[in-house]
Amino acid sequence: MTTTESAPAAGTAAAGAPRGRGKGDVQGTRRLAALLLSPTLLVLALVIGYPVLAGFRESLYARGEGLDADGFVVEGDRFVGLDNYTAIFQGDRADAFWNAFSNTTFFTLTTVVLETVIGVAMALIMQQAFRGRALVRASILVPWAIPTAISGLLWRWIFQADGAANAVLRQEILWTADGFPAKAAVVIAEVWKTSPFIGLLVLAGLQMIPRDVYEAARVDGAGPVQQFFRITLPLVKPALLVAVLFRMLDVLRMFDLPAVLIGVNQRSVETLTMIAWFEASNLRYGSAAAYATVLFLYVALIAYLFVKLLGADIIGEARGRTRRARPVRTARGRRRAAA
Amino acid sequence: MTGSAVKRALSTLGFAAVAVYCLAPFYWMAISAFRRPQDQFDNTLVPSRWSWENFSAVFSGDNGFGRALLNSVIVAGATTVLTLLIGTFTAYALARLDFRFKNAVLGLIVATTMFPGISQLVPLLKLFTDIKWINTYQAMVLPSLGFALPLSVWLLTAFFRQLPFELEQAAMVDGCTRGQAFRKIIIPLAAPGVFTTAILTFIAAWNEFLIALSMVNKKEMQTATVAISKFTGVSGFDQPFGTQMAAGVVVTVPLIAVVLVFQRRIVAGLTAGGVK
Repeated sequence: MTTTESAPAAGTAAAGAPRGRGKGDVQGTRRLAALLLSPTLLVLALVIGYPVLAGFRESLYARGEGLDADGFVVEGDRFVGLDNYTAIFQGDRADAFWNAFSNTTFFTLTTVVLETVIGVAMALIMQQAFRGRALVRASILVPWAIPTAISGLLWRWIFQADGAANAVLRQEILWTADGFPAKAAVVIAEVWKTSPFIGLLVLAGLQMIPRDVYEAARVDGAGPVQQFFRITLPLVKPALLVAVLFRMLDVLRMFDLPAVLIGVNQRSVETLTMIAWFEASNLRYGSAAAYATVLFLYVALIAYLFVKLLGADIIGEARGRTRRARPVRTARGRRRAAA
Repeated sequence: MTGSAVKRALSTLGFAAVAVYCLAPFYWMAISAFRRPQDQFDNTLVPSRWSWENFSAVFSGDNGFGRALLNSVIVAGATTVLTLLIGTFTAYALARLDFRFKNAVLGLIVATTMFPGISQLVPLLKLFTDIKWINTYQAMVLPSLGFALPLSVWLLTAFFRQLPFELEQAAMVDGCTRGQAFRKIIIPLAAPGVFTTAILTFIAAWNEFLIALSMVNKKEMQTATVAISKFTGVSGFDQPFGTQMAAGVVVTVPLIAVVLVFQRRIVAGLTAGGVK
């Protein structure tokens, strides 16, 4: 925008004289910022921005297999408008879509609720000062460090018909076949992998709470339960909300775990990502792109609702810090916060 | 006296429960890897006869696992190096410079981490097919950048912000240019943060599955996670679990070692970013 006028000013700034805070410096800063930001923005435009647009365009096309008005076979892509989308919601494919949609939603709800509860419990346990703390903290990182695909295999092994899970439970459940046990297997494996991580984040949040708040509560006669619901929970809420938001968005696009643990194209565990992947791997790009776009909108909607309703503030911390570091700019910061 | 003893016992119990919860499945994987193939379905807590057979099976000729490991190192390494190279500059700008739309840019970058990978994959798969990039390293590295970059920019921004502004300003008063101040003051000070980001990025890239699975159909180009999931058994229809568990151990033990050694750094990074 201002590149042509700022060129000479930036030139002198780049010459490196320790100048005062003149106008040239501001413009030089701006130029430098643009220069430093551009590689990242370029890469993101290429590998995220382009796919969003190309994917939407793709979803309006289908592979030409039909005949045109003169009876010739049409080669290449053919514009079909919203047909790919209507195909998702209507006809025989609608069933598969709603199944994948409800699986995705089911996994998101169950795993996030379970891992939040278990994670918070873990954090409360780990908060007790004790010798074994370093060990527990280290072990909590193990499930996180194992690649999801490998943990899928690991749980597939555990959930074998004559595997460890059935031996421990003394049951004969066919976990990795179809039906509800397959869903349960995915939920268990996912919760195992991710709840320690929530625990870690909540623990970090817990450690920020000053001890005297609890002392004051104890003096006022609050029991442990009251302390938890009145002090701990409200104070860790910001950290917890961000963690939960990211976990939710992660489960919504789940692929590795059910694909390896149960398999692709399995009704009981097929998620939206899996159905889109299956379409793409069968070269039905238009239809795959339509599924991907629907998932994209679903993810965006959930993220929007979450941020709006619960007020999860992802860059809030960053914003707060900027404001503190630059008191001169508070007026502008406030204006932005109000907007 | 007794009250505190009970409390102590309870917290020990809690600690043990957490450790068992986290480690038991991993223990099962490790112990299964050391069983002899004919003992594979034993459910004893310790193998009756220890054996390396599964490990030698992993590296036997037809699996091509050594090559898969090398591919993983190349893809994850390239992703990490490129991400840090590009991300450091952007994070510096976001943390240390004043310009309009700063929060908007940061918000935009953070928002891309929420993007479902499959939406990125379908168009890129088609594009890479057209330009004959299928079965190349760049076809795996480039899409991975889309996820690694936002994450590391965010982490690095948090780390850069924690450094005192005064040092940099003092250097500039003493005659350093911004570039020199960045190179000589900020980078050395931020080294721990950059290192943490490198570990987290590498782990995330190493664990990647969806992109590697889709962009590659040649066995020689598969990454380790994909290769393991495609191991075939000797008997054909059976899943070769012993081999898979051994391969899983080979892939995860180095990661776990790194995680344990740099535990503090990783926790600092995870809590600063709050993601994944």
